[in-house]
Amino acid sequence: MDSIKLYFKYFRFNIESQLQYKTSFIMMSIGHFLITFIEFLGVWVLFERFGNIQGFIFEEAALFYGIVHMAFAITEGWTRGFDTFPKLVRLGDFDRILLRPRTTVLQILGHDIQMMRIGRFMQGLVVLIWAIFKLNIEWTLGKTLLLIGSIIGGNFLFSGLIVLQATLSFWSVQSLEIVNSFTYGGVQAAQYPISIYKPWFRKILIYIIPLATVNYFPAMTILGKSDLLSFSKWIGWFSPLFGILFFIFSLSIWRIGVKHYTSTGS
Amino acid sequence: MIIEANELSKRYKMPKRKPGIVGGLKNIFHKEYEEIIALDKICFEVKEGELVGYIGPNGAGKSTTIKILSGILTPDSGECRVLGKVPYKERIDYVKDIGVVFGQRTQLWWDLPVIDSFELLKDIYKIPLGDYLKIKKELITWLDLESFINTPVRQLSLGQKMRCELAASLLHSPKILFLDEPTIGLDAISKLSVREFIKKLNKERGVTVILTTHDMDDIESLCNRVIVIGKGKILLDGSLQSLRNTVSKDRRLILDYDGGNGGISILGATPISKENNRLVIDFNPDIITPADLITTLSTQYKIKDILIENPAIEEIIAKLYGEFNI
Repeated sequence: MDSIKLYFKYFRFNIESQLQYKTSFIMMSIGHFLITFIEFLGVWVLFERFGNIQGFIFEEAALFYGIVHMAFAITEGWTRGFDTFPKLVRLGDFDRILLRPRTTVLQILGHDIQMMRIGRFMQGLVVLIWAIFKLNIEWTLGKTLLLIGSIIGGNFLFSGLIVLQATLSFWSVQSLEIVNSFTYGGVQAAQYPISIYKPWFRKILIYIIPLATVNYFPAMTILGKSDLLSFSKWIGWFSPLFGILFFIFSLSIWRIGVKHYTSTGS
Repeated sequence: MIIEANELSKRYKMPKRKPGIVGGLKNIFHKEYEEIIALDKICFEVKEGELVGYIGPNGAGKSTTIKILSGILTPDSGECRVLGKVPYKERIDYVKDIGVVFGQRTQLWWDLPVIDSFELLKDIYKIPLGDYLKIKKELITWLDLESFINTPVRQLSLGQKMRCELAASLLHSPKILFLDEPTIGLDAISKLSVREFIKKLNKERGVTVILTTHDMDDIESLCNRVIVIGKGKILLDGSLQSLRNTVSKDRRLILDYDGGNGGISILGATPISKENNRLVIDFNPDIITPADLITTLSTQYKIKDILIENPAIEEIIAKLYGEFNI
């Protein structure tokens, strides 16, 4: 309870601090909106050219796109401290964090909360709402919860990847780009239904970085499509939980990293 | 004993960098490491209420010691207890009772008024509101922060910032304060006010202070005990006076004269300089007393003014480092 109270204080100070530079804040938010909007145009161009891709129409792809971008926008907003973690170590601020009677995770999350990611979030939301209006989905309470769960699960999955990326920097500074390709590449890959990919790539997105569990499976369930890549029907309903499990897993790896740091001091 | 350090040792593995592009490529695939001994079986104890200066040249192991004592770093071997706890084993429980100030880094929120950082620390340390208001008021008065407490940190001068840092690290009433180069980069007046504050804190509140510094004036004006470290070993641990006596008992005589001349060949006295009617002599009081020295000199010079002082602590430390070849 106490930690949540502290987190909201961090949250407040982050907003106040970023509003010190109002113009920059507004420009950056608009920038994030536009950049992602151009990405969406790319998807549109693709479907405009080919009509549909392996049975998926543009509006369906927009649903995938909206879910994954909203999830990633939340991740970028609240895990920024982990994303820029190498800097925190280099400047010695991580030592300061270790000197305070709170968990490292809470303090790093609180250290930097990026409100301007609202730009990407809004863009994802606009696309999602547009897709929902265009598609004839029979909405039930279950499907609504699944949609929200899929965004939350996706957020935790991306967040887990960012935490793993930060953890790697305890051992090496050079390895960061590799994980970057997992996060940003993951967003790119998951904005399309994964059934359009080659089987080996699909397996990566199911078993290694389980993006399919927070995007493909629940979205297919919402769309009422039956191609679950030979998984049983329940997977769509429960798969967002895998995102949360992945996040918990990455936190336990994080703890190993912190232990390594305090024993080597580098 | 508030701090007990027993045979603390720490080694670092430093990657050997090979020069050039080819070397850089080799580094990626095959890293060679060089082992550096940062601490070599360090032992010392600190009593409650002491104000200890911890000095040594760069790379001597000062920061490593502070990091171990404050729980950031685990030693390879040996053990230490601070406030009855093992710092690196019970981090969260331990750090709530200590305060740490790094002179070169800030813990304040850059774009926000100083008071906001204090508010955040209140929640981080779970300080009860009543205590917080009382301590905050005290610190603001003691450190004279009132006039800029609502100013964003980025607009403060270095001296103002350091005063805020000190306040920030004391809001939770720690029993021990670790200060890592607290006066670095400060102007003369700020240095004095920081020193005054540390002294007062130690005297009136009984806060135990461990201070690392390169500024020997800090040591001279603050510390009744000095620990000198070099190459990971403790070279000396004692009072400032005993440090002086170990290295050199010499005292310094400065004499302004209005005329007169003569060579100076007095047993136990070494002339240092003689220019612009000022004579500087180092002498060993065990061999020649100041009275005898002045008597002898007065036969040769028409003395205008005389001053006897201890050699600057800086010179003593330099000599000490020289003796230990560090």
